[in-house]
Amino acid sequence: MTRGERRNQISGLLFISPWLIGLGVFLIYPIVCSFCLGFTEYSVLRPPMYVGAENYAELMGDEVFWKALKNTLFYAAFALPLGTITAVALALLLNAKVRGQTVYRTVFFLPSLVPMVALAVLWLWLFNGDYGLVNYIIKSVLGLVGLQSLRPPAWLGDPNWSKPAMIVMAMWGTGHAVVIYLAGLQGVPQHLYEAAEIDGANVFQRIRHITLPMISPVIRFNVIMGIIGVFNLFAVPYVLSADGAPNRSIYFYVMYLYDNAFRHMRMGYASAMAWILFLIIFALTAFTVLMSKRYVHYGE
Amino acid sequence: MRRPRLTSRMLVHVVLIAMSAAFMMPLVWMISTSFKTNQEAMQMPPVWIPESLSPEQFRKTLDEQERQALKAEEAGDKDFEKRYQGPLGYVKYAFRQYYDALTTGADKLGYSPFPQYAKNTIYICILSVIGTVAANALIAYGFARIRWKGREVLFWITLATMMVPFPVTMVPTYGLFKWLGWIGSFKPLWVPAWFGSAFNIYLLREFFRTIPTELTDAARIDGCSEFGIFMRIILPLSKPALSVVALFNFLYMWNNFLGPRIYLTDQRMFTLSLGLQSFQSQHGGTQWHHLMAASAVMVVPIIVLFFFTQRTFIQGITLTGMKG
Repeated sequence: MTRGERRNQISGLLFISPWLIGLGVFLIYPIVCSFCLGFTEYSVLRPPMYVGAENYAELMGDEVFWKALKNTLFYAAFALPLGTITAVALALLLNAKVRGQTVYRTVFFLPSLVPMVALAVLWLWLFNGDYGLVNYIIKSVLGLVGLQSLRPPAWLGDPNWSKPAMIVMAMWGTGHAVVIYLAGLQGVPQHLYEAAEIDGANVFQRIRHITLPMISPVIRFNVIMGIIGVFNLFAVPYVLSADGAPNRSIYFYVMYLYDNAFRHMRMGYASAMAWILFLIIFALTAFTVLMSKRYVHYGE
Repeated sequence: MRRPRLTSRMLVHVVLIAMSAAFMMPLVWMISTSFKTNQEAMQMPPVWIPESLSPEQFRKTLDEQERQALKAEEAGDKDFEKRYQGPLGYVKYAFRQYYDALTTGADKLGYSPFPQYAKNTIYICILSVIGTVAANALIAYGFARIRWKGREVLFWITLATMMVPFPVTMVPTYGLFKWLGWIGSFKPLWVPAWFGSAFNIYLLREFFRTIPTELTDAARIDGCSEFGIFMRIILPLSKPALSVVALFNFLYMWNNFLGPRIYLTDQRMFTLSLGLQSFQSQHGGTQWHHLMAASAVMVVPIIVLFFFTQRTFIQGITLTGMKG
């Protein structure tokens, strides 16, 4: 190493030194530590006790664990595609050179600024079975078409409707993605559209063969972020109902992890869940990347 | 591309206006409910502009207040306060739901809960934002502008940590803060911000790399130290990127719920998120007008902030979401 190189080595390490500590203390240590804790019984009050793979064995037979995992996957399976389709569709409409584009963009974006806890409280009120605005509108519409006898659901009070209600809530906050997709659309070179038009392609063909392939990397990135987000879901369902009522229908993975760690004081069991969560996210991300290889377009 | 035909343009507008109405309705409904009385909130069919806000109703309330004041005087009670007197009387009257909601339980607690929560939240946000900007700028500079052995490997590891959400590391991190004796204090919420985070490092590194090396080389020849270059050349040129990082961290901390839920034990130290949740769990199901007022207090500052920093916002979202 020359003197200059050594100097660079030292100053480089000095600049990133906060991160060396942060990475070690807040990421690597906890990840390794929770792997070890996953094989122990640990209640914070007493030192951890090694129990082998017992936690994992217990999880496999734990009905609540499976319920929470199924709820999370169900929610992901609907909220992610619906959210993506809505956001891309809105972005496409906005990109059609409409007047007042920035106003519409702001309108769609504002709801995504609402903090999670406030969002949950607000929608508890909107979905209220008796006095909620949603059911009032549904009743009015049903009245108009002569179907007064049909009763709208109790939404968050009904185990069959609580998850759809949450999916509606998620779609309301999709404006963040609209802004991203709109920026992506504005980066698509105009000459591609012009060429397609000369070849006689209609609007749908242009979207199918030019727009979507060109913004596919953006879509994929946001879907991956969405997957991580869904497996992080905690604040909204916790405010709606801390124990996932009715009938644990909106009891999600992180809620059970939290309950094990901080309500039942089973830190070892919670650590095993944390590691499974880590593996699930890793697997789903890898799956998305591999599956999308065929469809994602990367420049020339 | 030529402009689409008139009919299809109209169609696009109709769809967009319908969607806009659907997106705005919940927020308008929140504000509307927050100004209602409890009865008006539960009224069917619902009204959008509460009748209790009308001048006649205000008049009536003032008269009622006058009667009560007289009664109090006859009874020898000198402490009776005329709440809606003075030039701001109507404003005080209109916002009385807010006042009641935000100070619920103040007598018992010895402090007004929501103003206290707001103070706590702002305290945490400020410390966290300063730390985030300072630490991530330093770290990103180390990754972007200095060549050293191991840089690429470490950067790759850094990117990989974006896939690790907080719940995965939650248990040992809690144990660590417990060992430090920090549970029940604000420290676990803002101290980690001073040690960098992958996303911000990535964002700032990308930005720093776009700054021409000629600028920094010239300064280096003039004998400027690495830290001097960072402070005097890179930082002043990076204001847009730094404000994106600051703004998003502020929002994240304002929003954060799981962290405060775990680490804060004393109600006096609650953040707005935690305070609103505990308010909802105590008064939910009935006091909808108060709940909406408390929610509005969390939402409105963010919306105002958005209108002041719109460009930074949009820029930031595009920057953070477009990584293909």
